[in-house]
Amino acid sequence: MTNQSATPPRIPEVTVPEAIHLAEQGYRILDVREAGEWNQGHIPTATLLPLAEVANRVESVIPDKGTRVVVHCAAGVRSARAVARMQALGYTNAVSMRGTIFDWRRAGGAWEVPQSLLTPAQERRYSRQLLIPEIGQKGQRRLLDSRVLLIGAGGLGSPAALYLAASGIGTIGLVDDDVVDESNLQRQVLHTADRVGVPKTESARITLNALNPETRIVEHRERLTADNVERLIADYDVVVDGTDNFDTRYVLNDAAVRLRKPVVHGSIYRWDGQVTTFVPFDGPCYRCMYPTQPPEELAPACAVAGVLGVLPGIVGLLQANEVFKLLLGVGEPLAGRLLMFDAMGTTFEEVRIWRDPACPACGDAAGVPAATAAVPNGAAYQEAGVR
Amino acid sequence: MSNVRIPPVLRETTGGSRTVTAHGATVDEVLGDLFVRYPALRERVTTDGELSPFVNLYVNDRDVRYREGLATAVGPDDTVILLPAMAGGAR
Repeated sequence: MTNQSATPPRIPEVTVPEAIHLAEQGYRILDVREAGEWNQGHIPTATLLPLAEVANRVESVIPDKGTRVVVHCAAGVRSARAVARMQALGYTNAVSMRGTIFDWRRAGGAWEVPQSLLTPAQERRYSRQLLIPEIGQKGQRRLLDSRVLLIGAGGLGSPAALYLAASGIGTIGLVDDDVVDESNLQRQVLHTADRVGVPKTESARITLNALNPETRIVEHRERLTADNVERLIADYDVVVDGTDNFDTRYVLNDAAVRLRKPVVHGSIYRWDGQVTTFVPFDGPCYRCMYPTQPPEELAPACAVAGVLGVLPGIVGLLQANEVFKLLLGVGEPLAGRLLMFDAMGTTFEEVRIWRDPACPACGDAAGVPAATAAVPNGAAYQEAGVR
Repeated sequence: MSNVRIPPVLRETTGGSRTVTAHGATVDEVLGDLFVRYPALRERVTTDGELSPFVNLYVNDRDVRYREGLATAVGPDDTVILLPAMAGGAR
Protein backbone atom coordinates (compact mmCIF):
# COMPACT_ATOMS: atom_id res chain seq x y z
CA MET A 1 0.00 0.00 0.00
CA THR A 2 2.83 2.41 0.55
CA ASN A 3 4.94 1.23 -2.36
CA GLN A 4 3.89 4.08 -4.60
CA SER A 5 5.76 5.67 -7.46
CA ALA A 6 7.05 8.35 -5.06
CA THR A 7 9.21 5.73 -3.40
CA PRO A 8 12.62 5.57 -5.09
CA PRO A 9 13.74 2.14 -6.28
CA ARG A 10 16.18 -0.13 -4.39
CA ILE A 11 15.52 1.35 -0.99
CA PRO A 12 15.75 -1.42 1.56
CA GLU A 13 12.45 -1.60 3.39
CA VAL A 14 11.13 -3.55 6.34
CA THR A 15 7.57 -4.25 7.43
CA VAL A 16 6.21 -2.86 10.68
CA PRO A 17 6.54 -6.18 12.59
CA GLU A 18 10.10 -6.48 11.28
CA ALA A 19 10.84 -2.94 12.40
CA ILE A 20 9.51 -3.68 15.89
CA HIS A 21 11.76 -6.73 16.00
CA LEU A 22 14.81 -4.77 14.80
CA ALA A 23 14.14 -2.05 17.37
CA GLU A 24 14.21 -4.73 20.06
CA GLN A 25 17.51 -5.98 18.59
CA GLY A 26 19.06 -2.57 19.25
CA TYR A 27 18.72 -0.87 15.85
CA ARG A 28 18.80 2.92 16.07
CA ILE A 29 15.40 4.44 15.28
CA LEU A 30 15.42 7.65 13.25
CA ASP A 31 12.13 9.56 13.06
CA VAL A 32 12.16 11.87 10.01
CA ARG A 33 8.82 13.56 10.64
CA GLU A 34 8.46 17.22 11.67
CA ALA A 35 8.82 18.42 15.27
CA GLY A 36 5.08 19.13 15.45
CA GLU A 37 4.26 15.50 14.57
CA TRP A 38 6.89 14.27 17.02
CA ASN A 39 5.26 16.25 19.81
CA GLN A 40 1.97 14.44 19.17
CA GLY A 41 3.70 11.16 20.04
CA HIS A 42 6.77 9.15 19.07
CA ILE A 43 8.74 5.94 19.60
CA PRO A 44 10.49 6.45 22.96
CA THR A 45 13.92 5.35 21.72
CA ALA A 46 13.73 7.30 18.45
CA THR A 47 15.81 10.33 17.48
CA LEU A 48 14.03 13.16 15.70
CA LEU A 49 15.64 14.37 12.47
CA PRO A 50 13.13 15.93 10.05
CA LEU A 51 13.62 14.85 6.43
CA ALA A 52 14.67 18.33 5.32
CA GLU A 53 17.59 18.20 7.77
CA VAL A 54 18.76 14.68 7.01
CA ALA A 55 21.33 15.59 4.38
CA ASN A 56 22.89 18.30 6.53
CA ARG A 57 22.72 16.78 9.99
CA VAL A 58 22.62 13.01 9.82
CA GLU A 59 26.41 12.72 9.98
CA SER A 60 26.47 14.49 13.34
CA VAL A 61 23.45 12.57 14.67
CA ILE A 62 24.76 9.17 13.51
CA PRO A 63 28.50 9.49 12.93
CA ASP A 64 29.15 5.79 12.20
CA LYS A 65 27.93 5.06 8.68
CA GLY A 66 27.75 1.35 9.39
CA THR A 67 25.19 1.90 12.18
CA ARG A 68 22.08 -0.24 11.80
CA VAL A 69 19.19 2.18 11.56
CA VAL A 70 15.45 1.85 11.04
CA VAL A 71 14.15 5.09 9.53
CA HIS A 72 10.46 5.86 9.87
CA CYS A 73 8.01 8.64 9.25
CA ALA A 74 4.20 8.69 9.33
CA ALA A 75 3.60 6.40 6.36
CA GLY A 76 6.87 5.33 4.75
CA VAL A 77 7.37 7.90 1.99
CA ARG A 78 9.63 10.42 3.73
CA SER A 79 11.56 7.62 5.41
CA ALA A 80 12.37 6.08 2.01
CA ARG A 81 13.65 9.42 0.80
CA ALA A 82 15.68 9.80 3.96
CA VAL A 83 17.28 6.38 3.42
CA ALA A 84 18.11 7.34 -0.18
CA ARG A 85 19.86 10.49 1.08
CA MET A 86 21.70 8.48 3.73
CA GLN A 87 22.82 5.94 1.13
CA ALA A 88 24.18 8.78 -0.97
CA LEU A 89 26.25 9.81 2.06
CA GLY A 90 27.61 6.29 2.47
CA TYR A 91 25.32 4.77 5.09
CA THR A 92 25.19 1.03 4.48
CA ASN A 93 22.74 -0.34 7.05
CA ALA A 94 19.77 2.04 6.96
CA VAL A 95 16.33 0.62 6.21
CA SER A 96 13.00 2.35 5.78
CA MET A 97 9.89 1.20 7.63
CA ARG A 98 7.09 0.52 5.14
CA GLY A 99 3.76 1.12 6.85
CA THR A 100 2.26 3.72 9.12
CA ILE A 101 2.88 4.67 12.70
CA PHE A 102 -0.71 3.59 13.37
CA ASP A 103 0.31 0.09 12.20
CA TRP A 104 3.26 0.32 14.58
CA ARG A 105 1.03 1.16 17.53
CA ARG A 106 -1.58 -1.49 16.57
CA ALA A 107 1.18 -4.11 16.42
CA GLY A 108 2.18 -3.23 19.98
CA GLY A 109 5.26 -1.11 19.20
CA ALA A 110 6.46 1.15 22.01
CA TRP A 111 4.97 4.63 21.87
CA GLU A 112 4.87 7.67 24.09
CA VAL A 113 2.91 10.89 23.99
CA PRO A 114 4.95 13.67 25.55
CA GLN A 115 3.17 15.69 28.16
CA SER A 116 2.88 19.26 27.04
CA LEU A 117 5.53 21.25 28.82
CA LEU A 118 4.38 24.58 27.46
CA THR A 119 1.14 26.52 27.25
CA PRO A 120 -0.32 27.17 23.78
CA ALA A 121 0.77 30.82 24.10
CA GLN A 122 4.32 29.73 24.87
CA GLU A 123 4.28 27.33 21.93
CA ARG A 124 3.35 30.22 19.65
CA ARG A 125 5.79 32.70 21.12
CA TYR A 126 8.79 30.38 21.08
CA SER A 127 7.83 28.36 18.00
CA ARG A 128 10.96 29.28 16.04
CA GLN A 129 13.30 27.96 18.68
CA LEU A 130 11.10 24.96 19.52
CA LEU A 131 11.93 23.75 16.01
CA ILE A 132 15.63 23.61 16.89
CA PRO A 133 16.40 19.99 17.82
CA GLU A 134 18.70 21.01 20.70
CA ILE A 135 15.93 23.08 22.27
CA GLY A 136 12.45 21.70 21.61
CA GLN A 137 9.81 21.64 24.33
CA LYS A 138 12.17 20.27 26.96
CA GLY A 139 14.84 22.87 26.30
CA GLN A 140 12.32 25.70 26.26
CA ARG A 141 10.87 24.47 29.54
CA ARG A 142 14.36 24.52 30.96
CA LEU A 143 14.92 28.10 29.77
CA LEU A 144 11.59 29.15 31.30
CA ASP A 145 12.66 27.61 34.60
CA SER A 146 16.13 29.20 34.49
CA ARG A 147 17.47 32.12 36.46
CA VAL A 148 20.22 34.32 35.06
CA LEU A 149 21.94 37.15 36.94
CA LEU A 150 23.43 40.06 35.04
CA ILE A 151 26.07 42.08 36.87
CA GLY A 152 25.59 45.47 35.29
CA ALA A 153 22.60 46.71 33.28
CA GLY A 154 24.87 48.68 30.97
CA GLY A 155 26.77 48.09 27.75
CA LEU A 156 27.25 44.34 27.99
CA GLY A 157 24.14 43.65 30.06
CA SER A 158 21.82 45.46 27.63
CA PRO A 159 22.09 43.22 24.58
CA ALA A 160 22.42 40.10 26.71
CA ALA A 161 19.28 40.93 28.73
CA LEU A 162 17.23 41.76 25.65
CA TYR A 163 17.88 38.43 23.97
CA LEU A 164 17.68 36.39 27.15
CA ALA A 165 14.27 37.88 27.93
CA ALA A 166 13.04 37.61 24.35
CA SER A 167 13.78 33.91 24.20
CA GLY A 168 12.05 33.12 27.46
CA ILE A 169 14.57 32.95 30.29
CA GLY A 170 12.20 32.72 33.24
CA THR A 171 13.97 35.00 35.70
CA ILE A 172 16.52 37.70 34.99
CA GLY A 173 18.20 39.45 37.90
CA LEU A 174 19.94 42.79 37.35
CA VAL A 175 22.59 44.14 39.70
CA ASP A 176 23.21 47.85 39.18
CA ASP A 177 23.06 50.86 41.47
CA ASP A 178 23.44 53.46 38.75
CA VAL A 179 20.91 55.72 37.05
CA VAL A 180 20.59 56.19 33.29
CA ASP A 181 22.88 58.92 31.98
CA GLU A 182 22.62 60.54 28.58
CA SER A 183 26.11 59.28 27.70
CA ASN A 184 24.93 55.68 28.24
CA LEU A 185 22.39 55.75 25.42
CA GLN A 186 25.01 55.40 22.67
CA ARG A 187 25.43 51.72 23.62
CA GLN A 188 23.16 50.72 26.51
CA VAL A 189 20.14 49.84 24.40
CA LEU A 190 17.96 48.80 27.34
CA HIS A 191 17.53 52.46 28.21
CA THR A 192 15.74 55.28 26.43
CA ALA A 193 16.10 59.04 26.18
CA ASP A 194 12.98 59.64 28.28
CA ARG A 195 14.41 57.58 31.14
CA VAL A 196 17.58 59.57 31.81
CA GLY A 197 17.88 59.83 35.61
CA VAL A 198 15.83 56.66 36.21
CA PRO A 199 17.57 53.76 38.01
CA LYS A 200 19.04 51.43 35.40
CA THR A 201 17.41 48.33 36.89
CA GLU A 202 13.99 50.01 36.69
CA SER A 203 14.57 51.22 33.14
CA ALA A 204 15.72 47.72 32.19
CA ARG A 205 12.63 46.14 33.77
CA ILE A 206 10.35 48.41 31.74
CA THR A 207 12.09 47.51 28.47
CA LEU A 208 12.36 43.81 29.18
CA ASN A 209 8.80 43.36 30.35
CA ALA A 210 7.51 45.23 27.31
CA LEU A 211 9.42 42.71 25.22
CA ASN A 212 8.38 39.68 27.26
CA PRO A 213 5.81 40.16 30.04
CA GLU A 214 6.37 36.56 31.10
CA THR A 215 9.98 37.08 32.18
CA ARG A 216 10.34 37.87 35.85
CA ILE A 217 12.75 40.77 36.32
CA VAL A 218 14.40 41.04 39.73
CA GLU A 219 15.95 44.42 40.48
CA HIS A 220 19.00 44.38 42.73
CA ARG A 221 19.58 48.12 43.05
CA GLU A 222 22.98 47.82 44.68
CA ARG A 223 26.63 47.52 43.81
CA LEU A 224 28.15 44.07 44.01
CA THR A 225 30.56 43.88 46.96
CA ALA A 226 32.26 41.21 49.04
CA ASP A 227 29.47 41.62 51.61
CA ASN A 228 26.49 41.00 49.31
CA VAL A 229 27.95 38.86 46.53
CA GLU A 230 26.98 35.46 47.90
CA ARG A 231 23.43 36.56 48.68
CA LEU A 232 23.11 38.03 45.19
CA ILE A 233 24.34 35.07 43.17
CA ALA A 234 23.09 32.21 45.36
CA ASP A 235 19.69 31.81 43.69
CA TYR A 236 20.85 32.01 40.08
CA ASP A 237 21.98 29.34 37.63
CA VAL A 238 24.41 31.44 35.58
CA VAL A 239 26.05 34.83 36.15
CA VAL A 240 26.86 37.22 33.31
CA ASP A 241 29.76 39.45 34.27
CA GLY A 242 29.63 42.83 32.60
CA THR A 243 31.27 44.86 35.33
CA ASP A 244 33.63 47.74 34.77
CA ASN A 245 36.33 47.21 37.37
CA PHE A 246 38.76 44.62 38.65
CA ASP A 247 37.67 44.68 42.29
CA THR A 248 34.19 43.50 41.35
CA ARG A 249 35.51 40.87 38.97
CA TYR A 250 37.71 39.26 41.63
CA VAL A 251 34.98 39.44 44.30
CA LEU A 252 32.52 37.83 41.90
CA ASN A 253 35.01 35.19 40.79
CA ASP A 254 35.87 34.02 44.28
CA ALA A 255 32.22 33.80 45.37
CA ALA A 256 31.21 32.04 42.15
CA VAL A 257 33.92 29.43 42.70
CA ARG A 258 32.72 28.89 46.29
CA LEU A 259 29.08 28.52 45.21
CA ARG A 260 29.97 26.74 41.92
CA LYS A 261 28.20 29.19 39.67
CA PRO A 262 29.32 29.46 36.06
CA VAL A 263 30.31 33.01 35.12
CA VAL A 264 30.25 34.29 31.55
CA HIS A 265 32.92 36.94 31.40
CA GLY A 266 32.99 39.83 28.95
CA SER A 267 35.20 42.87 28.74
CA ILE A 268 35.60 45.65 26.22
CA TYR A 269 38.02 48.44 25.44
CA ARG A 270 37.56 50.82 22.53
CA TRP A 271 37.60 48.44 19.53
CA ASP A 272 38.51 45.23 21.34
CA GLY A 273 36.47 42.74 23.29
CA GLN A 274 37.07 39.48 25.15
CA VAL A 275 34.73 36.70 26.18
CA THR A 276 35.25 33.52 28.14
CA THR A 277 33.23 31.24 30.39
CA PHE A 278 34.42 30.23 33.83
CA VAL A 279 32.93 26.93 34.93
CA PRO A 280 34.21 26.31 38.47
CA PHE A 281 36.38 23.20 38.80
CA ASP A 282 35.60 22.20 35.24
CA GLY A 283 37.86 24.85 33.74
CA PRO A 284 39.96 27.79 34.85
CA CYS A 285 38.60 30.69 36.88
CA TYR A 286 39.44 34.38 36.55
CA ARG A 287 42.25 34.07 39.09
CA CYS A 288 43.80 31.18 37.14
CA MET A 289 44.02 33.56 34.22
CA TYR A 290 45.11 36.69 36.08
CA PRO A 291 46.22 35.89 39.65
CA THR A 292 46.82 39.54 40.51
CA GLN A 293 45.06 42.74 39.77
CA PRO A 294 46.81 45.25 37.51
CA PRO A 295 47.46 48.71 38.87
CA GLU A 296 44.56 51.13 38.50
CA GLU A 297 46.16 53.20 35.72
CA LEU A 298 46.23 50.12 33.47
CA ALA A 299 42.51 49.50 33.85
CA PRO A 300 40.66 52.50 32.55
CA ALA A 301 36.87 52.31 32.46
CA CYS A 302 34.76 53.21 29.43
CA ALA A 303 34.28 56.65 30.89
CA VAL A 304 38.02 57.26 30.51
CA ALA A 305 38.97 55.16 27.49
CA GLY A 306 35.87 55.41 25.35
CA VAL A 307 34.05 52.55 23.68
CA LEU A 308 32.50 51.98 20.29
CA GLY A 309 28.73 51.58 20.70
CA VAL A 310 28.44 48.40 18.70
CA LEU A 311 31.27 46.60 20.51
CA PRO A 312 29.42 45.82 23.77
CA GLY A 313 26.50 44.78 21.56
CA ILE A 314 28.62 42.10 19.91
CA VAL A 315 30.42 41.00 23.07
CA GLY A 316 27.22 41.01 25.17
CA LEU A 317 25.51 38.77 22.64
CA LEU A 318 28.45 36.39 22.61
CA GLN A 319 27.93 36.21 26.38
CA ALA A 320 24.20 35.52 25.92
CA ASN A 321 25.09 32.73 23.51
CA GLU A 322 27.25 31.17 26.21
CA VAL A 323 24.35 31.40 28.68
CA PHE A 324 22.04 29.46 26.36
CA LYS A 325 24.56 26.66 25.89
CA LEU A 326 25.23 26.41 29.64
CA LEU A 327 21.51 26.30 30.47
CA LEU A 328 20.65 23.81 27.74
CA GLY A 329 23.75 21.67 28.30
CA VAL A 330 24.61 21.69 24.61
CA GLY A 331 27.57 22.70 22.49
CA GLU A 332 30.98 23.72 23.68
CA PRO A 333 31.11 26.64 26.09
CA LEU A 334 34.14 28.92 26.04
CA ALA A 335 35.52 27.20 29.13
CA GLY A 336 39.30 27.20 28.95
CA ARG A 337 39.23 29.43 25.89
CA LEU A 338 39.49 33.20 25.73
CA LEU A 339 37.87 34.60 22.61
CA MET A 340 39.18 37.96 21.46
CA PHE A 341 37.26 40.13 19.05
CA ASP A 342 38.92 42.96 17.15
CA ALA A 343 36.26 45.24 15.70
CA MET A 344 38.81 47.20 13.66
CA GLY A 345 39.92 44.19 11.64
CA THR A 346 36.71 42.19 12.23
CA THR A 347 38.73 39.23 13.42
CA PHE A 348 38.24 36.66 16.15
CA GLU A 349 41.21 35.03 17.82
CA GLU A 350 41.35 32.48 20.58
CA VAL A 351 43.92 31.54 23.19
CA ARG A 352 43.75 28.66 25.62
CA ILE A 353 43.63 29.25 29.34
CA TRP A 354 44.39 26.60 31.90
CA ARG A 355 43.20 25.75 35.34
CA ASP A 356 46.02 26.56 37.72
CA PRO A 357 46.54 23.90 40.41
CA ALA A 358 48.05 26.63 42.60
CA CYS A 359 45.14 29.03 42.05
CA PRO A 360 44.21 30.75 45.33
CA ALA A 361 40.50 30.57 44.43
CA CYS A 362 39.96 27.18 42.79
CA GLY A 363 43.31 25.40 43.17
CA ASP A 364 44.04 22.30 45.20
CA ALA A 365 44.96 24.27 48.29
CA ALA A 366 42.05 26.71 48.14
CA GLY A 367 40.00 24.65 50.56
CA VAL A 368 36.92 24.44 48.37
CA PRO A 369 35.95 20.80 47.93
CA ALA A 370 35.55 20.10 44.22
CA ALA A 371 32.20 18.37 44.16
CA THR A 372 29.86 18.03 41.24
CA ALA A 373 30.55 19.82 38.01
CA ALA A 374 28.44 22.91 37.54
CA VAL A 375 27.55 21.94 33.99
CA PRO A 376 26.22 18.45 33.35
CA ASN A 377 27.96 17.76 30.07
CA GLY A 378 31.06 19.85 30.64
CA ALA A 379 34.34 18.30 29.62
CA ALA A 380 37.46 18.67 31.68
CA TYR A 381 39.56 21.59 30.59
CA GLN A 382 42.45 21.24 32.95
CA GLU A 383 45.96 20.77 31.68
CA ALA A 384 48.79 19.83 33.94
CA GLY A 385 50.94 22.85 34.48
CA VAL A 386 52.34 25.00 37.17
CA ARG A 387 52.26 28.71 37.00
CA MET B 1 60.67 37.29 12.45
CA SER B 2 57.52 36.80 14.47
CA ASN B 3 54.38 38.90 14.62
CA VAL B 4 53.52 40.44 17.96
CA ARG B 5 49.96 41.56 18.72
CA ILE B 6 49.85 44.69 20.80
CA PRO B 7 46.71 44.98 22.95
CA PRO B 8 44.79 48.24 22.90
CA VAL B 9 45.95 49.36 26.36
CA LEU B 10 49.60 49.11 25.27
CA ARG B 11 49.31 50.65 21.81
CA GLU B 12 50.38 54.07 23.01
CA THR B 13 53.83 52.52 23.61
CA THR B 14 54.09 51.34 19.99
CA GLY B 15 52.88 54.53 18.38
CA GLY B 16 49.42 53.03 17.88
CA SER B 17 50.57 49.90 16.02
CA ARG B 18 48.34 46.89 16.54
CA THR B 19 50.82 44.36 15.21
CA VAL B 20 54.59 44.73 15.09
CA THR B 21 57.31 42.34 13.98
CA ALA B 22 60.21 41.31 16.16
CA HIS B 23 63.42 39.30 15.93
CA GLY B 24 64.35 36.61 18.40
CA ALA B 25 64.25 32.85 18.86
CA THR B 26 62.80 32.99 22.38
CA VAL B 27 60.19 35.08 24.16
CA ASP B 28 63.00 36.81 26.05
CA GLU B 29 64.77 37.76 22.82
CA VAL B 30 61.55 38.92 21.18
CA LEU B 31 60.74 41.13 24.16
CA GLY B 32 64.32 42.43 24.21
CA ASP B 33 64.02 43.43 20.55
CA LEU B 34 60.69 45.15 21.25
CA PHE B 35 62.04 47.04 24.26
CA VAL B 36 64.88 48.49 22.17
CA ARG B 37 62.40 49.95 19.71
CA TYR B 38 59.56 50.68 22.17
CA PRO B 39 61.23 51.44 25.52
CA ALA B 40 57.97 52.40 27.22
CA LEU B 41 56.69 48.88 26.72
CA ARG B 42 59.18 47.39 29.17
CA GLU B 43 57.63 48.62 32.41
CA ARG B 44 54.12 47.88 31.15
CA VAL B 45 54.90 44.22 30.55
CA THR B 46 57.68 43.18 32.93
CA THR B 47 58.47 43.53 36.62
CA ASP B 48 62.06 42.89 37.77
CA GLY B 49 62.89 41.17 34.51
CA GLU B 50 59.95 38.78 34.68
CA LEU B 51 56.56 38.97 33.02
CA SER B 52 54.21 40.97 35.22
CA PRO B 53 51.61 38.75 36.88
CA PHE B 54 48.73 40.71 35.33
CA VAL B 55 50.11 40.28 31.82
CA ASN B 56 49.71 37.02 29.95
CA LEU B 57 51.89 36.20 26.97
CA TYR B 58 50.92 33.61 24.43
CA VAL B 59 52.94 32.08 21.63
CA ASN B 60 50.21 31.25 19.16
CA ASP B 61 47.43 30.14 21.51
CA ARG B 62 49.65 28.81 24.31
CA ASP B 63 50.35 30.63 27.57
CA VAL B 64 54.15 30.68 28.01
CA ARG B 65 53.77 30.29 31.79
CA TYR B 66 52.65 26.74 31.04
CA ARG B 67 55.61 26.23 28.72
CA GLU B 68 59.14 27.45 29.36
CA GLY B 69 58.30 31.01 30.38
CA LEU B 70 60.62 33.60 28.89
CA ALA B 71 62.76 30.78 27.45
CA THR B 72 59.85 29.50 25.32
CA ALA B 73 60.91 29.16 21.69
CA VAL B 74 59.41 31.51 19.12
CA GLY B 75 59.47 30.38 15.49
CA PRO B 76 59.61 32.73 12.51
CA ASP B 77 55.91 32.22 11.67
CA ASP B 78 54.65 32.31 15.24
CA THR B 79 52.31 34.93 16.60
CA VAL B 80 53.08 36.38 20.01
CA ILE B 81 50.08 37.80 21.84
CA LEU B 82 50.50 40.17 24.77
CA LEU B 83 47.39 40.25 26.91
CA PRO B 84 47.03 42.31 30.06
CA ALA B 85 43.73 41.98 31.96
CA MET B 86 40.94 44.25 30.67
CA ALA B 87 38.28 45.54 33.00
CA GLY B 88 35.88 47.56 30.88
CA GLY B 89 32.21 46.71 30.86
CA ALA B 90 28.96 48.10 32.08
CA ARG B 91 29.26 51.76 32.78
